[in-house]
Amino acid sequence: MNTDYLFVKFPTLTYERPTNSFVIPPEIALEVARYLKDDPMFRMDMCTNCTAVDWLPTTNIVKRKTIEIIDGKQVESVEEIIVDKPAYLETVYHLVSVEKKKGPLIIRVRTKDRIDTRVPSLTPVWRGCEFQEREAYDLYGIMYEGHPDLRRILMWEGFQDYPMRKDYVEPDDYEYEPTPHDEVLTKAKKHYPVKPV
Amino acid sequence: MNFPGLGIIRGMAVTAENFLRSFSRADRLFTTEYPEERIALQENYRNFPFLVYDDAPENMRCVACKICEKECPPQCISIEEDRDEKGKVIRRPKVFDIDYSVCMGCQICVEVCPFDAIKMDHEYELSTDNRFDGLLFHRDELLKPADQYEKMHPTEGAIVNAKIREQIEKKKKAEAAKAAAAAQKPAPVAEK
Amino acid sequence: MIAPKDNFNDLDLLAERPEPRGYEIINKENSEGQELLEISLGPQHPSTHGVFRMDVVLDGETVIKLKPIFGYLHRNHEKIAEHTSYIGTMPYTDRLDYFCSMTNNWGYALAVEQLADIKVPERAEYIRVIMAELTRLINHTCLAGFLLNDLGAWGSPLLYAFREREKIIDLFESVSGARLMCNYFRFGGARCDLPDGWLRQANKIVDTFPKFLDEFEKLITGNEILRSRTENIGILSAELAVNASITGPMLRASGVDYDLRKAQPYGIYGRFDFRVPMGTVGDCYDRYYVRILEMRESLKILRKALKDIPDGPVCADVKIRSFKTRPGEAYSRIEGPKGELGFYVISDGSPSPYRYRVRPPSFINLTILEDMCLGHKLADAVVILGSIDIVLGEVDR
Repeated sequence: MNTDYLFVKFPTLTYERPTNSFVIPPEIALEVARYLKDDPMFRMDMCTNCTAVDWLPTTNIVKRKTIEIIDGKQVESVEEIIVDKPAYLETVYHLVSVEKKKGPLIIRVRTKDRIDTRVPSLTPVWRGCEFQEREAYDLYGIMYEGHPDLRRILMWEGFQDYPMRKDYVEPDDYEYEPTPHDEVLTKAKKHYPVKPV
Repeated sequence: MNFPGLGIIRGMAVTAENFLRSFSRADRLFTTEYPEERIALQENYRNFPFLVYDDAPENMRCVACKICEKECPPQCISIEEDRDEKGKVIRRPKVFDIDYSVCMGCQICVEVCPFDAIKMDHEYELSTDNRFDGLLFHRDELLKPADQYEKMHPTEGAIVNAKIREQIEKKKKAEAAKAAAAAQKPAPVAEK
Repeated sequence: MIAPKDNFNDLDLLAERPEPRGYEIINKENSEGQELLEISLGPQHPSTHGVFRMDVVLDGETVIKLKPIFGYLHRNHEKIAEHTSYIGTMPYTDRLDYFCSMTNNWGYALAVEQLADIKVPERAEYIRVIMAELTRLINHTCLAGFLLNDLGAWGSPLLYAFREREKIIDLFESVSGARLMCNYFRFGGARCDLPDGWLRQANKIVDTFPKFLDEFEKLITGNEILRSRTENIGILSAELAVNASITGPMLRASGVDYDLRKAQPYGIYGRFDFRVPMGTVGDCYDRYYVRILEMRESLKILRKALKDIPDGPVCADVKIRSFKTRPGEAYSRIEGPKGELGFYVISDGSPSPYRYRVRPPSFINLTILEDMCLGHKLADAVVILGSIDIVLGEVDR
């Protein structure tokens, strides 16, 4: 599959080599999706997998070796660069062409940060994303704009917070049946109503 | 000749054949009447783990290395090492609890144990009426002799038990040689 | 649709937003002024294949709206995998689609092998194909039995199917130790070798299976009640099926030629010669019959694999304790009995995966349940659900 023309048509698209995927800015996501589905070269008519990933902010110190020539001699110096990766949530789509039997093409749509998580929904293009985007909303909190029916799917109605995020803290009082694991019971007992004397 | 209802009549012929044949052919009637008769379990059948000892329960193979506790996915094993009078760690578990109500029976503890100390049991009639710790088994309840292990798993047990017996023999010989060497040593000192 | 706020300063604001019901009924009466009836086919129901709930709005007996509600069996498998080691997740994958534990294991092992570049020896590849095809056999017999149970056949064809299933499950028990939760595959092959006499027993079962299929077809396939209750019910067109990411026998019954074993082969499937049965109409009868035909094709693969299996090592030399891979991601897809089962694993070099995702075929096949059921009677809705072949362990994970 020759994907070079994609960069010509959508200049803001980038390619991430380690994950072999295309990172699409949210503004043009719907346009790119429609193009990938309809264009005769790609014909990506099935979105096999639509999932969300939570990236916490990381600070990596990358060592870079530079070789300079000073006074005719090669001098090696190691400089430490601090690479800050900001936090965001991203949705990963694996697209497959059933007609041409071509393998997965991976696209990623990233949110701005972990608080403002609005992203356009690709359900108008591929119907199969409907339930999977609902699950990403339910478990990660990504708001899909344009989704026909965005509500919780696996958790019950009225559940607070988003369980699959990396900084989710589970509530203390979820076990009410005594078990041999005493620490769970003592944590839960704090939330029981006090018996009247 | 095809009339409506032929499909149903054909289906009923199959059922009738099965019903009548079950009186004469053994493979048409395959119900075993449990608990009066039980199916013999296959060798590889696994249910829950147990500990193996060699000659006496004091010579258990487990050295409390805690590898099985770390690798167990639902974390149903809890181990505490034994210490002698001076407080030094000796290679035996003091507490080895397996919670059968949590255990998945996945056999990962058996795979990772480097000393062949924990193996899978064939016991499945384990129901109890104590909801809280009726299925929490302690070290002494889990210990079983190596002959019973070999009876449960004949092919695998023969190889493993032979290997362990060889190791024990070698260790005994090494200890006997060391004791003999130590017994010979004081003689020259006394002569002085 | 949830209207987004302009000002996102606080995560609590998002959490407190009231959840809309998603399908507010606008007209409570039909065109003749009669009231519409809303029923919840609740989680405890003998025909719903597990804890599955459907909220149905009926006009008399005809379905106007249908919303599936699940999540009753959600065990948070994906988050458990982020805290457990790579090998510790393997027994949990058995419990996803609890009828087909071998194919679940294979999908996960394939994803990790792609990440870590592990090569699988020949004998292990053949064992994997044999186990996967046996799993396909037991799954499709189960489906045929359960579909007929839903139609009201009161368990008779179900137990015929289960009789054959027991023989195959005994094979699984003799090799891996457990009937359903096999935990047999490892990264780089299988856990242990086949015991003596296993291949002979498997050959015997494969030889007697066609006789069972013939008897089953004589019992069921010509049955007028089955045909009248499943033909032209729940028709699914090919374009809608592809757009809704339907995979597996359901897609093939709608006339789309897409079987991962032939289109993008994984393992050694390229060496086997088998046909891919396809339906024409896309109704419930096609979905049922495609599975019966697939069972016959699986027998062809099994015969060849059992004949050609070479000797050799069963697993690559990979240590299972403290298993680590290079940082990266991998997505593996296999043709499970219910559809395309995918495993998406992101690793960051630590002993547990960073992100682990199961692409569940049953969950995604439920997307068009509503579209298929509109206009049919309530009893047909149960039959359509039965023909999709869902397992709640996979839908909810």
